[in-house]
Amino acid sequence: MRAVKGRIGLVWSGLLLTAILALPWFKGGALLDSALAEGVAGRVWLLPLVAVALGLSGLSVLSRDWRIHPAGAALVGAGLIWLLLQGFGIGLRGPALPGIGVLFPTALAGQPGFGWGAWIAGIALVGALAEVLAARGFCRGERFAAFSIIGIVAALSLFVFFPILKLMSAAFVAPDGTLSLLPFVTRITASDLWSVGCLTGAGRCGVVINSVVLGVLSAVFATALGLALALLVARTDFRMKRLLRAISILPIITPPFVVGVAIIVLFGRTGVVTVEVADWFGVRPTRWVYGLPGILLAQVLAFAPVTFLVLLSALEAINPTLEEASTTLGAKPVTTFRTVTWPLLRPALAAAFLLAFIESLADFGNPIVLGGSYDVLSTKIFFAVVGAQYDLGQAATLSVLLLTLTVAAFWVQTRWLGRASYVTVTGKSDAGLVAPVPPLIKWAAVAAVVPFVVFTVGIYAIVLIGGFVKDIARLEMAPTFGHLWTAFSFEISERGVQLFGSAWNSMITTLWVSALSAPLTMGIGILTAWLIARQDFTGKRAFEFGTLLSFAIPGTVVGVSYIAAFNVPPIDMTGTMAILVICFVFRNLPVGMRAGIAALAQIDRSMEEASQTMGAGGGRVLRDVVLPLIRPAIFTALIYSFVTAMTAVSAVIFLVSARHNMATAYIMGRVENGEYALAIAYSSVLMLVMVACVAAMNWAVGTRRLGRRTAVANPAQPAE
Amino acid sequence: MTETAIEFRSVVKRYGDATAVAGIDLSIAKGELVTFLGPSGCGKTTSLRLIAGLELPSEGQVFIAGRDVSRDPASARNVGMVFQSYALFPHMSVLDNVAYGPVIRGTAKAQAQEKAREILDQVGLGGLHQRLPAELSGGQQQRVAVARAIVQQPDVILFDEPLSNVDAKLRRKVREEIRSLQRRFGLTAVYVTHDQEEALAVSDRIVVMDRGRIAQVGTPADLYERPSTPFIADFIGDANLIRGEVAQGYFTAPGLSLPVTGPDGPATLSIRPERITLAPGGPDRVVTATYLGSRMEYMVAAQVGEMLVSRPIFEPRLAAGQDVSLHITHTDVSRVA
Repeated sequence: MRAVKGRIGLVWSGLLLTAILALPWFKGGALLDSALAEGVAGRVWLLPLVAVALGLSGLSVLSRDWRIHPAGAALVGAGLIWLLLQGFGIGLRGPALPGIGVLFPTALAGQPGFGWGAWIAGIALVGALAEVLAARGFCRGERFAAFSIIGIVAALSLFVFFPILKLMSAAFVAPDGTLSLLPFVTRITASDLWSVGCLTGAGRCGVVINSVVLGVLSAVFATALGLALALLVARTDFRMKRLLRAISILPIITPPFVVGVAIIVLFGRTGVVTVEVADWFGVRPTRWVYGLPGILLAQVLAFAPVTFLVLLSALEAINPTLEEASTTLGAKPVTTFRTVTWPLLRPALAAAFLLAFIESLADFGNPIVLGGSYDVLSTKIFFAVVGAQYDLGQAATLSVLLLTLTVAAFWVQTRWLGRASYVTVTGKSDAGLVAPVPPLIKWAAVAAVVPFVVFTVGIYAIVLIGGFVKDIARLEMAPTFGHLWTAFSFEISERGVQLFGSAWNSMITTLWVSALSAPLTMGIGILTAWLIARQDFTGKRAFEFGTLLSFAIPGTVVGVSYIAAFNVPPIDMTGTMAILVICFVFRNLPVGMRAGIAALAQIDRSMEEASQTMGAGGGRVLRDVVLPLIRPAIFTALIYSFVTAMTAVSAVIFLVSARHNMATAYIMGRVENGEYALAIAYSSVLMLVMVACVAAMNWAVGTRRLGRRTAVANPAQPAE
Repeated sequence: MTETAIEFRSVVKRYGDATAVAGIDLSIAKGELVTFLGPSGCGKTTSLRLIAGLELPSEGQVFIAGRDVSRDPASARNVGMVFQSYALFPHMSVLDNVAYGPVIRGTAKAQAQEKAREILDQVGLGGLHQRLPAELSGGQQQRVAVARAIVQQPDVILFDEPLSNVDAKLRRKVREEIRSLQRRFGLTAVYVTHDQEEALAVSDRIVVMDRGRIAQVGTPADLYERPSTPFIADFIGDANLIRGEVAQGYFTAPGLSLPVTGPDGPATLSIRPERITLAPGGPDRVVTATYLGSRMEYMVAAQVGEMLVSRPIFEPRLAAGQDVSLHITHTDVSRVA
């Protein structure tokens, strides 16, 4: 045991020592431009870190167990605090905190952002901190769990909470750079935010009003449509159930603005339908679709499948014997529906409504394509940062408002509805037949669903055809691969394959980013789920809420906050591919987590304890017992994060650069230029690539499972 | 002097405000089977998990094989545990389940499997190596769980209510199997149950726990025949409690006078139902008479109070309403308060 403990100490202190003595401390520095070299050369504030590294190494060699030695804890704590303090205290152009200039005169010259050395030193210190805490009984002494928790908390603080706080502070910065309350008050009370002019007939409404009106309308319609779909699938003998389920999957693989583009092609001023209608009825084509009606249409089509899935699972969870009981007591079908089914469904309806409300507020793709002059918060934030008038203070203020709305909705959803849900399915199997809904309600549902299906089919027809005809917007239907060739032309010569098409760069970046972020998202998500479901540690509730909270942060806000936080030292990484990957990992984390938590709830905890008593540490337990048993959840998390990384636009649009462009951002640019055919062609290629990748992953996972279990007839069940 | 395998020194375990274990001192000798017995919530399972390392004590120390393991996680201790649900890994064969521990601790796979085969043969599961747990009967699963727990020659083997998922009919058999395995391998074992009959049948010593504390420790006969508190008397088997006064070495209650030891003053005696004899005719009366196949049970309204009496089936039977006289001998009672 002693030998093992000694070696653990050497890993972290060795890593720290290497990072501080040999690796480039600053971004872009040469090897050996380390903290030691820089410190000796004049940046003396780095020398305490050298002392910490040497002290920790000495302690781990000399003391019996450095982790429980008081000096170990003191060194690790001091090292971490000093690392952050000097990093954030001394910026690129000199001291950011008052007083540092007096303490270190050379700091006036400033310092660049963290390089490899600083990053690895930080990781080593975090690792050492976890060891120190585990040795003091944190996580019942499980080192792996302690390291995971400390690591995830550090990562979340750095990549979720720090950017948000940094952005919020920007709302209080006056144009001349001073910090005070006044600019925030001025910005947040501006009339272009809160005006209700459109209702009183005196001009336009403010963005906040616009966003809330859109959110509420969109959520109401999407929930109603989702309910109609769910009732048809769960409670009727409707013929096209399979089609409805298939349609519900489409939005998941559809980039968010594709629906908007298709709507323009159909209903824009020169749109297919608009022109036909104008010809037939002699009405003048208008731009009615740009603004609230268009966004609303696109959002309802996009969110109805989400509410459908929420309501479907709620309907299926209602114990049929309750409805049977009502019937045997003499209630007519309509009465049963009104007095039993509907009240039981209410919490799910509220959940679906809030979900759609959050999605609508966070949506960026549809408002930017279809918005016209109808400004909402997400687009306004975008133009505040990207437009001619770069105004981070304005963007920050709008972000605070948007964030308040979504987090409030999220809070209501988790706290209030969490308690109100009626779980009527228990462990006991109740043999009951589901009651079909009354005919009246059935036909109402059909009346709502048929237009939805027609719209959806029409939109995907546009997407499939549009890219391969000359100009669908003007109904020139001559087949052509011209658009595809513009995007993806290549040449095979003696020098190998050369890619000329304008879209290759973004396509390749997208695939790289998705392929890198998906396994990371899945890994961290499942690990987080395991920590929450299986470990008891101080601060667990805050940890859980913090991880889930990142779900409620709209992509636009994430994008702006990353610009605010990571454009300047010490963490200066905008324009790299790393920031894209990191952005996706922390945005999609909650999904992997939820899948993991749901799967872990099905597994008897004592299996993991059995593994522990036989000598397995946390990592081994996870690998040998947990992961094999929750494989479906892992797969779901992997697919979801891969697909989301390929289709998301709201956060990445702020983070892409000329060198690392993403497919969605590229397509967005084509839409802005009115090159709809090219945008549609690329979108359909993107969707095909996604389907192919998902199928490939499915095949790979599926065959591996078969390979291991061919001899087994019945699937393994957790022991009872 | 026997060797100590496990020792608790003033162990306390708290969860937030709730105290699960409120200060336990106990030592368990090598090769002994000790049972933690008590009602639910008494801290018996927590105490077991403290030995396993699945919980760490809030205060005090736990020693295993002479080493202080209070801060060691489960993976750093050498214990085997049989879980209530068996906790067999559903995705591994029987052989892999049993070989898992040795592999984790660094034995080569082939050797680990060899070891696992030996143990499986000894618990009578020779032909089932390649089955998955779901393809075994409940009794077989239990034996796999035991084999898995003992394959590494642990310092101690822990049983967490191992019979609760076994059919009532099979319990006696499985219980005897566990006991004979434990003796054969010379294992130190700690066994948790809430079933007092199971505890009496299987243990060398029983630790009765109540609200996080040890109420009494002793051999099964000690506990049954000489309970030290009314709680123990009542919890293990059935007991009649008689309240009275002690003066000059004699306990007196209405219609009863017996020599006892201990201080003068108010006292409570406990007597087992089968230690009371009844004779026809007298001042007492049978209230109910219940036929239980193996014995008769009578509720008797006696001068000392209402008493439960259990008599062998071959004695002349009494009927409800009959007048009887009730006899208690001073060697059959124990003073519990």
